[in-house]
Amino acid sequence: MKLALLAALVGLSFAGSLMTGKSVVPLSAWFSDDPRWWIILQLRLPRAVLGLALGAVLGLSGAVLQGYLRNPLADPGVVGVSSAAALGAVTAIVAGVATGAGVFAAAIVAAAGAMALLAALTWRSDGTVTFVLAGTVLASLAGALTAFVISVAPNPYAVAEVMDWLMGALTDRGWGDVALAGPPMAAGATLLLLTARSLDALSLGEAAARSLGVDLGRTRGLVVAGTGLAVGAGVAATGVIGFVGLIVPHLLRPVFGARPGALLVPSALGGAVLVLVADALVRLVPGAGEVRLGVAMALIGAPFFLMLLLRSRGEAWR
Amino acid sequence: MALIVHRLSVRLGTRAILRDVSARFEAGRVTAILGPNGAGKSTLVKAMAALVTASGSVTLDGAAIGDMDPRARARAIGYLPQDAVVHWNMPAREVVALGRLPHRRASVAPSALDAVAIDRAMAATDTATLAMRPVGELSGGERARVLLARVLAGEPRWLLADEPLASLDPAHQIDLLARLQAHAQGGAGVIVVLHDLVQAARAADDVLLLKDGGVLAFGPVATVLTPALLEQAFGVRVAMLDEGGRRLPVPVGRIDR
Repeated sequence: MKLALLAALVGLSFAGSLMTGKSVVPLSAWFSDDPRWWIILQLRLPRAVLGLALGAVLGLSGAVLQGYLRNPLADPGVVGVSSAAALGAVTAIVAGVATGAGVFAAAIVAAAGAMALLAALTWRSDGTVTFVLAGTVLASLAGALTAFVISVAPNPYAVAEVMDWLMGALTDRGWGDVALAGPPMAAGATLLLLTARSLDALSLGEAAARSLGVDLGRTRGLVVAGTGLAVGAGVAATGVIGFVGLIVPHLLRPVFGARPGALLVPSALGGAVLVLVADALVRLVPGAGEVRLGVAMALIGAPFFLMLLLRSRGEAWR
Repeated sequence: MALIVHRLSVRLGTRAILRDVSARFEAGRVTAILGPNGAGKSTLVKAMAALVTASGSVTLDGAAIGDMDPRARARAIGYLPQDAVVHWNMPAREVVALGRLPHRRASVAPSALDAVAIDRAMAATDTATLAMRPVGELSGGERARVLLARVLAGEPRWLLADEPLASLDPAHQIDLLARLQAHAQGGAGVIVVLHDLVQAARAADDVLLLKDGGVLAFGPVATVLTPALLEQAFGVRVAMLDEGGRRLPVPVGRIDR
């Protein structure tokens, strides 16, 4: 029932996304020969599809990371996985990889690598401090390396383009991007959904989870490959859009319960709603250009993160 | 029905945690594992749950536990870790339901069969009235009972509990041990790491006394919890207190060496 309601919200925000933009397309022009229908079909529809998919994988991977690391502050952006994916993509672009598939592969490999590193660094440690520090180090290292790669890039035109892309947006994404990003995102999401049972068991801690028959090596493999594929492909298509995976599971936990496995599907749906709505709102902001979606999410997400950190301080910063 | 530990050794780096431990645990009995800090009690229990790599063997009804399918092993052996935690603030009943995971394939709602086992475990631990309460809001004693219910819900033939009495007041200690005894009377084997000599003498049928990673003594409670053996194991003088047909050892002083 609650899930159906959330799914309906996804549908509504998808429709809303199609109807929102700088130019007004009246409903009478839909499904007609009107050239404005072309705007919907070739510009807004791929943008909405990509937003839906991106929001879903970001919400899902946030929920999986929180369950896996047993930490409510986890999110692919916060822990540096998104920054690593951006590093991979930027390196590939600057190194002259011409094909979209090559850039995607580089982003996916870098994201999976960062996730594996983070899992190794924070494993056996339930402390918030270790975790936030490890994530911060990863994120700033990836950020610094990205800046380095950009500064040694030979082509100034490419630099401007990369900087623009890094800010994260769904603007002007077409069916080509959907075709490239769709399959790895779907594959990653499937792997992530397979972790539900293990995540439930992990709420009792590592030893108890193993005593319940959970293979933690397999779980880690699924999390690393799943976040790598889903987040890597997402970042390669849209740039870094953070905080979705942080905010969504938090808002949904009071509604769907705290059991990690029960939060996965709702978080995917909730992430889709959040990104679709945010992406529609940035188009409505007056001005010549658009507020970048990544920038807008960071403006909402960073204070949210701070609030969570302050609230969890009492129990976690011992 | 027996859980047999044969020449079990565990090394951590260069340090030997357990050396050549052999013991045969019988179902239907409560066995207390006692010993000073660092004697290897927790490691022994973990090795019996196949949670640490060990040389030697642990066999359950003739099958080596290391060779068993993990889920089949999880159905046979329930393990309650030391300082057991619940990371998310779930309702108590959902925590207990996690004990049914080895009986299910996916993260789905519990089946009718699961629900029966969950209800039974919650009734046995007197936690049915807590079912909808978030675990974060429970008292220490209530949480300990919920976590015990979590293990019982899996209906394991063997229950390994690592210091379940820690942080419980005397009333809750007696209460929890009574529930472990009841589980053993139902035919299961119960192996429990304890610190409190008096509680061990009250509740256990057998005692395994560990020191420096080796077995100092193993047998019926009356033959192991003697002043001489306890002095040797813990370096304390004990006074024996007669209470309801049991002789309870009370530590009264340290032995100067």
